[in-house]
Amino acid sequence: MANALRYTLQVAAYAAFALMTGYFSFWPRYDYASPEAAVVKVSLSHAADRTEPCVRLSPQEIAALAPNMRQELKCERRRLPLILELDVDGQQTLRLQAQPSGVWEDGPASIYERFDVPAGSHRIVARLRDSARADGWDYTYTEDVVLEPGRYLTITFREETGGFSTR
Amino acid sequence: MALLKRALRLLFARAEAIFDWGFGQSNNPLANLGALGWYFFWIVAATGIYLYVFFDTGITDAYASVEYITHEQWYAAGIMRSLHRYASDALVIVVFLHILREFSLDRLRGKRFFAWLTGVPVLWFVYVCGITGYWLVWDKLAQYIAIATSEWLDTLPIFAEPIANNFLNSATLGGRFFTLMVFMHIFAPLFMLFLMWLHIQRHARARVNPPRSLAIGTAITLLALSLIYPAVSQGPADLDVVPASVNLDWYYLAAYPLLDVLPGGQLWLILVLGSVFLALLPWVPPAKASPVAAVSLDNCNGCGRCFDDCPFSAITMGARSDGSAFAAEAVVDADNCTSCGICAGACPTATPFRRVSAMVPGIELPDHPIAGLRESTVAAAAGLSGESRVLIYACEHANAETLDGAGSKVISMPCVAMLPPAFIDFVVSRNLADGVMLAGCAQGDCYYRLGDEWTRQRMSGRRDPYLRQRVPRERLNLSWLPSGSARRRQRALTDFMTSLQKLPPYTRKQRSRHG
Repeated sequence: MANALRYTLQVAAYAAFALMTGYFSFWPRYDYASPEAAVVKVSLSHAADRTEPCVRLSPQEIAALAPNMRQELKCERRRLPLILELDVDGQQTLRLQAQPSGVWEDGPASIYERFDVPAGSHRIVARLRDSARADGWDYTYTEDVVLEPGRYLTITFREETGGFSTR
Repeated sequence: MALLKRALRLLFARAEAIFDWGFGQSNNPLANLGALGWYFFWIVAATGIYLYVFFDTGITDAYASVEYITHEQWYAAGIMRSLHRYASDALVIVVFLHILREFSLDRLRGKRFFAWLTGVPVLWFVYVCGITGYWLVWDKLAQYIAIATSEWLDTLPIFAEPIANNFLNSATLGGRFFTLMVFMHIFAPLFMLFLMWLHIQRHARARVNPPRSLAIGTAITLLALSLIYPAVSQGPADLDVVPASVNLDWYYLAAYPLLDVLPGGQLWLILVLGSVFLALLPWVPPAKASPVAAVSLDNCNGCGRCFDDCPFSAITMGARSDGSAFAAEAVVDADNCTSCGICAGACPTATPFRRVSAMVPGIELPDHPIAGLRESTVAAAAGLSGESRVLIYACEHANAETLDGAGSKVISMPCVAMLPPAFIDFVVSRNLADGVMLAGCAQGDCYYRLGDEWTRQRMSGRRDPYLRQRVPRERLNLSWLPSGSARRRQRALTDFMTSLQKLPPYTRKQRSRHG
């Protein structure tokens, strides 16, 4: 009788272990985002202008340099920060300033942001400043989009292809 | 901290009492958590190797290969996949229980810090292995993990470009980062195995295999779970569609929902500070250092029994340094010695019968000398009265002080295996008591790891130094119980005293083979 009870306890313990292992391996389900909303991702990696414009050296100045250092342009190493603004339906949703990467701040600056917006029609306006100008923007982009629920809209930027694009 | 330990100890003691009854002490799952961790690791490794044969490591074909594994070959690779998953989950369960239990039993402080400290990076690697594994399925859960992990990693100021760009949309999806995950999922477990090996380096005869019945029981349990509720994917990843709702494996991914409410940097800070705090626990508060075992070369014949019995690899046999004729001498590594005294119990020169010279054995604890143990024995015996007088040698961690009474006296020591078997002969043959009880920790769960096992072997003549045959075994009682079992211990003593009353008066027998 005692042995039967012991075996019953063992079976119960193993069953409880299986139940605990199996249940939390899948449940409870986690709702990561609202199924009614769309998600906008903004991602760009871009090198802004240098803090000082490059200076073209004269032939005499080039000749004065060591042979292995001779080049036509003398450039400041550090770059400016990028400034990005994003409006959705006229409301400013993002305003970010990204520092250039690298110890000497001479690399591209990167921005990655993700946020939810209600599904439906929206006007997206993106503005980017990558120069030393005090006012205005170097790149501006406007697009009317229709966002389906549960879909991503990605806004990226590539200077080579003319600036902002969405997908 | 002490209060928390006590509360946890009480909880574990309650659970262990039930498991002791149902499974038997040596098969108690709670006393085999570390060994079960190793066992689950090997199940995960073996099933992982099998799955790798069928797995396509390219991001575009990974999902299809996992679907083939799960559905087309459900009877073999499908079961392997489920076993791989559930054994990984079971590993997390036993690892956390192992941490809590060792913490509650205070088996982390002083010289025992090493296993605790090396266990902390193991914990990190368990998670690296698990998270990279879920990534490889490349289903909706993998997509969620890929996005959440890369966004989280991007909060560290070490990447020139956001890693999350790899998972921006289906047009930008790159296989390079996925390949890195495949690589990590293979090499992280290998490095984890190295850390696990390091984790047990200061443990002699580390228990890395659970008892057979427990191994079979858990294997059948995981197999049954795999058949009843097989692990399946959650639909193919599509980087243009939000994985709005996912079935998380909470054992590995419980921290991920926190990323929705906390900045990634804060979560890193919590995890890093939490790990540092965990790593520093052995010194909170610092343990009082007990004097380590000392070797008396005049009495050490270099037999090596202390070397064999030391549970923490603190003794080595070195070349003789005193010019005597013996080949070796015991050398104590003070950094590893936990002052358990098991070496003194193993020393054949530690005998209370010694008359010719001072009672100094080859090795002993300076603050628990064998001569002092003899004095305590004689003094305690003098205080015994009644029809069945019992002298109880008890481990300090067994909480057996409550057994002290008119007919029973308790002599405490760091570990019951510190008692040389000759003391039992001494007590019985000199009629200092009618019986001797050895009260130690639960079987297979000695505070100093091997004390109960060595004691049982010494008493049953399977390990040197043996208990002499002339000692009537009915006058000896071995009581192996967890520290929170005062009532069971009292009952064992009462039963033993009753049995002693039924015995005829003790008469010294002739010397036997071991005598």
